[in-house]
Amino acid sequence: MTVVPTMAPDGPIVAFNDVHKRYGAIDVLKGITFSVRRGEVVCIIGRSGSGKSTALRCINGLERIQAGELTVCGKDISAASRSELRRVRQDVGIVFQSYNLFPHLTVSENIMLAPRRVKGMDRATARTVAEEVLAKVGLADKFDAYPEQLSGGQQQRVAIARALAMQPQLMLFDEVTSALDPELKGEVLRVMEDLAAGGMTMILVTHEMAFARHVADTVIFMHQGRIHETGPGDVLLAPQTPELQQFVANGL
Amino acid sequence: MKYQFDFSFFWDADNAYWQDLAYGALLSAELTIVALVCGFLVGTCAAVGRVTGPGWLRWTIATYVEIIRNTPLLVQTFWLFFGLSSIGFRVPAFAAAVIALTINVGAYSCEIIRAGIESIHKGQVEAAESLALGPISTFLDVILPPAIEKVLPALASQFVLMMLASSIMAQISAEELMAAASRTQSETFRGFEIYIVVAVIYLVMSIILRFIILGLGWIVFPRRRRLAQR
Amino acid sequence: MTTNQLIYLIEGTGWTLLLALTGFLGGGVLGLMIALMRVSRVTSLRWLSYLYVQLVQGIPLPVLMFLSFFGLAVAGFNIPAFVAAAVSMTIFAAAYLGEIWRGSIEAVPKTQWEAGESLGLTDFQQMRDIILPQAIRLSIPPTIGFMVQIIKNTSYSVVIGFIELTQAGKIINNAIYKPFLIFTLVGAIYFSLCSPLSRLSRRLEARLRSRGA
Ligand SMILES: Nc1ncnc2c1ncn2[C@@H]1O[C@H](COP(=O)(O)OP(=O)(O)O)[C@@H](O)[C@H]1O
Ligand SMILES: [Mg+2]
Repeated sequence: MTVVPTMAPDGPIVAFNDVHKRYGAIDVLKGITFSVRRGEVVCIIGRSGSGKSTALRCINGLERIQAGELTVCGKDISAASRSELRRVRQDVGIVFQSYNLFPHLTVSENIMLAPRRVKGMDRATARTVAEEVLAKVGLADKFDAYPEQLSGGQQQRVAIARALAMQPQLMLFDEVTSALDPELKGEVLRVMEDLAAGGMTMILVTHEMAFARHVADTVIFMHQGRIHETGPGDVLLAPQTPELQQFVANGL
Repeated sequence: MKYQFDFSFFWDADNAYWQDLAYGALLSAELTIVALVCGFLVGTCAAVGRVTGPGWLRWTIATYVEIIRNTPLLVQTFWLFFGLSSIGFRVPAFAAAVIALTINVGAYSCEIIRAGIESIHKGQVEAAESLALGPISTFLDVILPPAIEKVLPALASQFVLMMLASSIMAQISAEELMAAASRTQSETFRGFEIYIVVAVIYLVMSIILRFIILGLGWIVFPRRRRLAQR
Repeated sequence: MTTNQLIYLIEGTGWTLLLALTGFLGGGVLGLMIALMRVSRVTSLRWLSYLYVQLVQGIPLPVLMFLSFFGLAVAGFNIPAFVAAAVSMTIFAAAYLGEIWRGSIEAVPKTQWEAGESLGLTDFQQMRDIILPQAIRLSIPPTIGFMVQIIKNTSYSVVIGFIELTQAGKIINNAIYKPFLIFTLVGAIYFSLCSPLSRLSRRLEARLRSRGA
């Protein structure tokens, strides 16, 4: 996959600078600052309600921020117009906990929809792309299946393939294995591992501590809307703050 | 007193009433189909406006739907037909019937389709937006097809009701099945027999119509077809 | 528009209401029987009621009006249009109310029957003491919603010459020819009768759903 850099290749691909996000009177993000380099794998961990999903959803503009600066692929997201936002979203893939496949479309139609509608790709090219990304997630034989004919793990891998078909520079994963039965988590985690090994820039929210420690270049521990602790994957083995100590003790 | 049923006049050679009734049934079918197609389009657009439009548009559509659903079709038809001609627009009765029925179908379809749209999970829209789909593609590719697929049985029932309701259009002298029936009755004085036959014709038409709508759904929405095969 | 004409409209409204009420009560009694037959264990009763519903739901109400009108006449009854209209409304309402109530009965979870069974209640007692009370609660919103259909559909009795609200409006219009004025007024009367019922039905439905969740 060839990536056309839209900025200096060594600049950060995502940069949060003192980002604030409120829902009504509730402060959800209370000043977040961190950045992600090209090729870096960042795991965000933390208790439910600490603002992990919100931070992720700010990156592709599903949520607008109230204060601070957020740069994604060289573009200031906080002031982006709708069409600029759509441009950025072409470079940012996201996978949700609940798959969100389109139930009325086959696996291949799910994958081909955005390349055809957004990039104007012709049917034959889109088909080739769909075959490629499906092979990458190990589901080449499910090309014509409908989502409801697949297991949860398979659906989630299709969702990953669908995002990959847009050839994104950055992939976001929001607890993509949380809704899966334990025996189905592995196949999805393996796909993400392969992606990481292939050099994809990834930000993932996860509760899989072993996986986080294994693949993450950086672990970010969020607590009550703030980044409480951050470090390399091994920070999980030797937490500095009592909050992370407690979180790790309960989680592992 | 014992009543003697007599259906023979339908086939009497010199005044073949069955032809009259058959032609009337054809006109009823035409009236219904045109109104259903137009009304479905009106209803779909209204549903879109009702869900996504600005406040004034939502209010306008909601008012339209409430007025239509809480007044009789016959009164709406009289209002339109006699009203228009009173201000100089002489609309042919059949056209007025089509318009009145279309407006009616539009209001009911709007409510049904709106319910379908609102039943689509928010995650679907977020997924579409995240894939950089624009608002039009999001709506036409992701929201509308499963919404209509979901409410198709409700639409089919409503459309059958509308076909039956078209029988009132003879009241503005629109030429259709009931008008033919009424003419036959005034010439033969065999009202009971005639309306038994008319009832059977409507019964058959309502079965056919339901069949057509569900058949169309079968063609337009391949998922059910595919999943039913296995 | 003269005062007399206004009074004529109000009288028409009275007939509309009376016809609707008769249709609702008659249709309610017959409809309950249909609903019970539809869920009965006796196959022939189930079939009979199913046939009735399919038949009536496939025939336009104006045709039912004519059938009652001419049918009662050939049976030797010389009857006023109101009776034919009331009979038609009853036949019509019974089919739809029967289906609505069958739906409500079937919406009560199967486990409720089983609970009644295991308490040693007879079929009849299970229906009367356990199922119906719950089904009635579920059936109220759609039943009120259907009252709107009954009120509106009484206007179809114009085909057999019964003078209710719509017919009264048409007669006045023939005299003074102010269709927008008259049919707006007639429509407004129907709206003021139907709209509160529609809103009540929606409100009760929403409440039922929020309780169920
Ligand atoms: N749309 C919303 N409206 C109001 N509050 C919200 C909304 N989305 C999230 N929140 C609140 O924001 C906080 C953080 O949510 P979230 O980012 O989903 O946390 P996490 O993903 O870490 O569990 C929670 O307290 C949640 O209740
Ligand atoms: Mg979350």
